Amino acid sequence: MAQMTMIQAITHALDLELARDEKVLVFGEDVGNNGGVFRATEGLQKKYGEERVFDTPLAESGIIGLANGLAIQGFRPVPEIQFFGFVFEAFDQIASQIARLRYRSGGRYYAPVTIRSPFGGGVRTPELHSDSLEGLFLQTPGVKVVIPSTPYDAKGLLLSAIRDNDPVIFLEHMRLYRSFRQEVPEEEYTIPLGQANVVREGKDVTIVTYGAMVGVSQKAADAWAKDKGLEAEVIDLRTISPIDIDTITESVKKTGRAIVVQEAQRSAGVGAEVIAQINEHAIYHLEAPVLRVTPPDTVYPFGMIEDEWLPTQHSVVAALNKVMSL
Amino acid sequence: MSKTVSEHTVPYVQVLDENGNVTDNELLPNLTDDQLRELMKRMVFTRILDQRAIKLTRQGRLGFYAPVSGQEASMIGSEFATEKEDFVVPGYRDLPQSLYHGYPLYKLFLYSRGHQEGGRVPEDVNVIMPQIIIGAQIVQTAGIALGFKLKGEKHVTITYTGDGGTSQGDFYEGMNFAGAYQAPAVFFVQNNQYAISVPREKQTAAETLAQKAIAAGIPGVQVDGMDILGVYAATKQAVDRARAGEGPTMIEAVTFRYGPHTMSGDDPTRYRTKETEATWEKRDPLVRFRSYLQAKGLWTDEEEQQFIEEAKDTINDALKQADAVEKMTIEGLIDAMFEEPTATLKRQRAEITGEGAN
Ligand SMILES: Cc1ncc(C[n+]2csc(CCOP(=O)(O)OP(=O)(O)O)c2C)c(N)n1
Repeated sequence: MAQMTMIQAITHALDLELARDEKVLVFGEDVGNNGGVFRATEGLQKKYGEERVFDTPLAESGIIGLANGLAIQGFRPVPEIQFFGFVFEAFDQIASQIARLRYRSGGRYYAPVTIRSPFGGGVRTPELHSDSLEGLFLQTPGVKVVIPSTPYDAKGLLLSAIRDNDPVIFLEHMRLYRSFRQEVPEEEYTIPLGQANVVREGKDVTIVTYGAMVGVSQKAADAWAKDKGLEAEVIDLRTISPIDIDTITESVKKTGRAIVVQEAQRSAGVGAEVIAQINEHAIYHLEAPVLRVTPPDTVYPFGMIEDEWLPTQHSVVAALNKVMSL
Repeated sequence: MSKTVSEHTVPYVQVLDENGNVTDNELLPNLTDDQLRELMKRMVFTRILDQRAIKLTRQGRLGFYAPVSGQEASMIGSEFATEKEDFVVPGYRDLPQSLYHGYPLYKLFLYSRGHQEGGRVPEDVNVIMPQIIIGAQIVQTAGIALGFKLKGEKHVTITYTGDGGTSQGDFYEGMNFAGAYQAPAVFFVQNNQYAISVPREKQTAAETLAQKAIAAGIPGVQVDGMDILGVYAATKQAVDRARAGEGPTMIEAVTFRYGPHTMSGDDPTRYRTKETEATWEKRDPLVRFRSYLQAKGLWTDEEEQQFIEEAKDTINDALKQADAVEKMTIEGLIDAMFEEPTATLKRQRAEITGEGAN
C-alpha cells in the first residue's frame, strides 16, 4: 500500500492499464513529454513510447474523432481534454459520434473510449477551465460519466472505465488532485461503474452529492452533528450517469429527508435528475421536499468571486436546517 | 495524364537582420522618426510590463497571465499597422496589442484578476476581451470583418492566435469564410515555436503555417517576427489590401516567447533546451531595433532608462486604479446574464441576498 494523491492514483491506474493491455493508448495536448499540464501522465511516454502515449495537435474535435477512429480499429483510447471547458470543441464528436457508434453500427463497432478531463472550481483558473459541464452529458445517451472524489476511488473507477466497452467520461476535480493523500493499494482493483458509496452514515437526512462537494458535505454533516446532534447520511454518487438510485432510495427510506449538493448551476442538472428519481422511487418515504444546494444559473464566474459562488459547508448546513424544519 | 492545376508560394518578409542592418530596402516602411521611436518605446514598455506582470502574478496581485517577452516585435509592429477604427480580436497572450489599441491598462489588470469589469471595454475602443478558447476568435473575426463590409465602413479586423491555434478547425473555418466573403480581415499567427510543450514540428506536417492560407484561397505570408519593421511592413500591406476591398490575408510571424507558457505552473525546461533559448535571444527584437535606431541617431541609452522609469510609474498608476475598482458581486453576476433577469434568476438572486421568500 502506498499513500497517494488523486493525481498519483490516476497516473498509477493509467500505468497499470498501459502495461496490461497493449491496445490502450493515451493521448492529448501536452500529455507526452510534458506529462500533462497537471502531470497526470508523467513518465508514461518514457515508459511506453511515443506510439502509445503521444501529444496531439491542438484540436479537441480532432482528438475525440481520432479516438473514435482508433476504437473502430480495436484500440482502447484514453484521450485527455486538457480542461473540461474545452469539451465544447469536441461535443459533436462525443455526443453525436462516439456515443452513438454502437447504435449506428448495430453493435458491429463500439467505443471503449475513456475521456479524461480536469474540471471543477475553487482553483482560480481562467474562464471555461473550471465549469461543471457534467449535466450536459447526463442528457447524452450512450456515455457514462464518472466523477471520483478520493484517490482510492479514482484508481478503481479509472480501471473500470478503461475496461468498459462503452464510452466513459472521467472527470477529475482539480481541487482534489493534490488536496489529500490516501492509502491506495498497488495491485489492481476495480470499483463498478454506477455504484454509489455511502461515505457517512446517518439517520436524519440524506445528502446526495459527488466530486469535491463530497468533502464539503462530510464536513457540513460533522459540524451539524456537533451543533444539532443530528446525523446526516452522505452518499457519494461516484458515477453520475447512470445514477445509483437503489442506494439513494434505501437511504431516503431510512431518513425520510434529502438534499442534493452540486457544484454545477442549478437547473436541469444532476441534482434535478436525482430529485426526479427520488420522486419516482421513494416519494412516499419523504417527509419534506428534497432541496438543492447549488450555485445560481449564471455562467461560472471569473476568478474573483468563485468562492462566494460555489456551495460551501455553511450553505449545506443551512439546507440541512431548512429541510428539517419543513 | 497529370498536369499542374495550381501553384502557390509563400513569401518571406524581413527588413532588419539580427544586427539591425537593413536587408530589404524596398520593404523599408515609410515611417517618420517619431513613429520609429514610438515603436521602440512601445516595445520597451511591453518588456517592462511583462517583467512586472510576472512578478505581480507570483505575488498573487494578478491572476492569469501569459508572458510575452520575445514577441514584442510581432505584437507591437502588427497593431501599429492598424487604425483606431479597426478591430483587434486578441487571444489570451495578446494584451499589448489590446493596450495600444485603446484597452485601458487597469482593465487588463482586472481581466487578469478575473473581474467582470476587465471585459468592459470603453465604447469607442474596438477591442474585445482576450479569448481563452483557442480558435474561437478566428471565426468571429470573419463576422466582425464582414460586418464592416456590410456596413460600408472601410475598416479592417485583425486577430491573433499561436502556432497551436492553427490546428483548430475554427482556424480554417474563419479564414475560409473571410475568403469566401472577401471580408477585410487579417489573421495574424504568432508562431512562437511551442503550444505549451508541443513544438511546431509536432503540431503539423506543413512546412510553413502561412501556407495554410492557400487552402482557404487567401494570401499567406511568413515574416521574421523578431523584426518589427518586417512585421509592420507585412501587416501594413495586408491591412491596406483589406481596406481596399481586396480581401483577407494570413500572416505567420516567426517568433519566440522567452518565459513559460503561462504563470500557472508551466516549466519550459521540460520541452526546450538552453541552446534553443540562446539562439532566439540573439534575435531579440529590442536589441535589433535599438541598434537600427542608434545607428540613425534616434535613440540613446539614457532615454531608454527614462522611458523605463516612466513605464514603471504608468504601471503603478494602473494598478492603483485597478485596486480602487469595487469588487464584483454575485448579484452583479446574476444581473449580467440577461437584459432583464428571468423569473428563475430573480428568485435565485433573492435567495442569495436574503430578500423575499424562496
Ligand atoms: C480550445 C482550447 N483548447 C486547449 C486550450 C488550452 N491551451 C491554452 S494555451 C494552449 C497552447 C496554445 O499554443 P499556441 O496556439 O501556439 O499559442 P501560444 O500560447 O504559444 O501563444 C493550450 C493547449 C485552450 N485554451 N482552448
